[in-house]
Amino acid sequence: MAKDSGKLKNSGMLKIENLTVNVSGREVLTGINLEIKKGRRLALLGPNGSGKTSLVMAIMGFSDYQITQGNIVFNGKSINDLTIDERARLGIGVMLQRPPTIKGIKTRQVVQLIKQDDFNIDKEAGEINLKEFLDRDINLGFSGGELKRSELLQLLAGSPQLGLFDEPESGVDLENIALVGKVMNRILNKNKDNAGLIITHTGYIFDYVKPDESCVLVGGRIHCVGDPKEILKTIKKHGYKWCITCEGEKLKKKFQRQAG
Amino acid sequence: MVYNMRRGKIKKEIPKAGRVDIKSYKSTSEAKAYLKDLRKVSSDQKKNMLSAGVDPLQKARSGTYLQMDHDVVHADSLYPGLEVMSTTQALKKYEWLDNYFWKIVSVGADEFTKQAQFQPHHGYFLRALPGVKAVYPLQACLFINDDNIIQNVHNIIIAEQGSDLQVITGCATASDVQRGLHIGVSEIFVKKDARLTFTMVHNWAEDVSVRPRTATLVEEGGTFLSNYICLKPVKNLQMYPKAELVGRGAVARYNSMLFAHPGSHLDVGSRVILKAAGSRAEVVARAVSAGGDIIARGHLKGQAKGIKAHLECRGLMVTEKGLIHAIPELEGTVKEVDLSHEAAVGKIARDEIEYLMARGLTQGEAQAAIIRGFLDTSIMGLPAALQKEVDRAISACEKEAF
Repeated sequence: MAKDSGKLKNSGMLKIENLTVNVSGREVLTGINLEIKKGRRLALLGPNGSGKTSLVMAIMGFSDYQITQGNIVFNGKSINDLTIDERARLGIGVMLQRPPTIKGIKTRQVVQLIKQDDFNIDKEAGEINLKEFLDRDINLGFSGGELKRSELLQLLAGSPQLGLFDEPESGVDLENIALVGKVMNRILNKNKDNAGLIITHTGYIFDYVKPDESCVLVGGRIHCVGDPKEILKTIKKHGYKWCITCEGEKLKKKFQRQAG
Repeated sequence: MVYNMRRGKIKKEIPKAGRVDIKSYKSTSEAKAYLKDLRKVSSDQKKNMLSAGVDPLQKARSGTYLQMDHDVVHADSLYPGLEVMSTTQALKKYEWLDNYFWKIVSVGADEFTKQAQFQPHHGYFLRALPGVKAVYPLQACLFINDDNIIQNVHNIIIAEQGSDLQVITGCATASDVQRGLHIGVSEIFVKKDARLTFTMVHNWAEDVSVRPRTATLVEEGGTFLSNYICLKPVKNLQMYPKAELVGRGAVARYNSMLFAHPGSHLDVGSRVILKAAGSRAEVVARAVSAGGDIIARGHLKGQAKGIKAHLECRGLMVTEKGLIHAIPELEGTVKEVDLSHEAAVGKIARDEIEYLMARGLTQGEAQAAIIRGFLDTSIMGLPAALQKEVDRAISACEKEAF
């Protein structure tokens, strides 16, 4: 397993180097290279089952996602060997797509445990229409939209440097997507260096949260990195299949040159 | 001599989990003076009482019975219509009380009940007069202060017709007590249309053996809610309280929260015999083994038409060691009974632990939070004031337990 790679020269917050991940012995991500710089938002597009969630789970360190090769570097240090909570305490926060239900633990208790001192639970929960869920068992019987808002309330309370948002708009009605986007922006804008990885397969969330760049993940490999609008337009027109064969490599190089 | 199944050897019989050698305990103790002012208990005693839900300051209490070892240290009611005294005193005061003694628990049931009859050390008498509805609970504490003693008590609780009584009873030991044996016979009577919430918190020491022998009789329209909490280490505990529902529409509900530490052996069950038409019962147990053994029993016996009863046991194995053995029993002897049970023994789901870790909790903190949630006392349906007290007692226990 890769060890501490030492401080990096650039201001990259998250750098993923040649990352290969297995789940139950099956390779789900292959040779992933990605970088998110401070203050930037990277969107990760891809069809269902392409490995998007696996990437988020591997960054966070969930035990089912085994790194077999490569390195995840956060603020210049490899976090491969860190536990989930150590990663969280470094400033990585995740909005899960399917958070588990924990009976007997109230949403309020969890928020209480993770919140910063100046965080007013009732006020914040009220603003995202979640007040009545504070004293219910966490995620128990929550609808799709309620789950998302509960996850966002927790991220808001924990105020991470790097937010990993796994399909923030899935299962959310149109009315609430705006609210989800608003809260995401609050999390991302809280400090100027805060960065985000936004996973989506529809791109609806881009109407509210603007990514600085996008990449496309198909079949566990990154096929394209580039301008979000351009990529989304292409996918809408040609579908994800096209990404595999397109001039993604060229785009990637062009993008990398621009990024310097 | 016994045959040891695990080692396959014959070895000399020794007192082990589940076995208690009564003769090995002292039946005498240093005399304890009566305390008119409860605040005079030592700070160590106070701490251990609080962990068992008993507050020496009597905040939000209707009265207190405190027994240390073999002496009554305090017995007083603060609420008109509630009576608090030792059973010894009550027997002198009320001739009729003879009719309640050994009415629903049999003297000859086992060596422990015999012990309570032939070598009695008081016990509490708590009674709500007809129609009296007290806002705050009575508290009773059976405290073991001297090391290596046996404490045999016989308790009587009577909720007279139409009364509403809450009792919180805590059993605890002084911090320097290593070993002891507590035998508690309790006979509880819930009269017509009365309601009794009986909450028992055990806060024993690691090498204390405990043998409660409890039975309850519930008359027509009466409700008996029994909550039992045992989170601290205890050497071995065996109890199988029984409620008999003898009047139409009588209700009994038992909730148990059990936590077995390494070396603890808990054999705990609840039994309800539904003898009257339309009576109902619910038995709920939550058992966590962190290395100790828990045998969680439950028995529902439906003997009358239109009864309805449910048994639920959920167990959580936290370590590789220990045991949770759920033994639910249902018995119907007439038609038109509705008896059901569900039981599950599992582990803490890893995704739940990891979810909380992703919020920054360590694995230990996440596990403790999940166990605390599993042993959720809000299911007990306690009155708010009592819920607060139980929460306080639990968090005091938890600090040491998890």
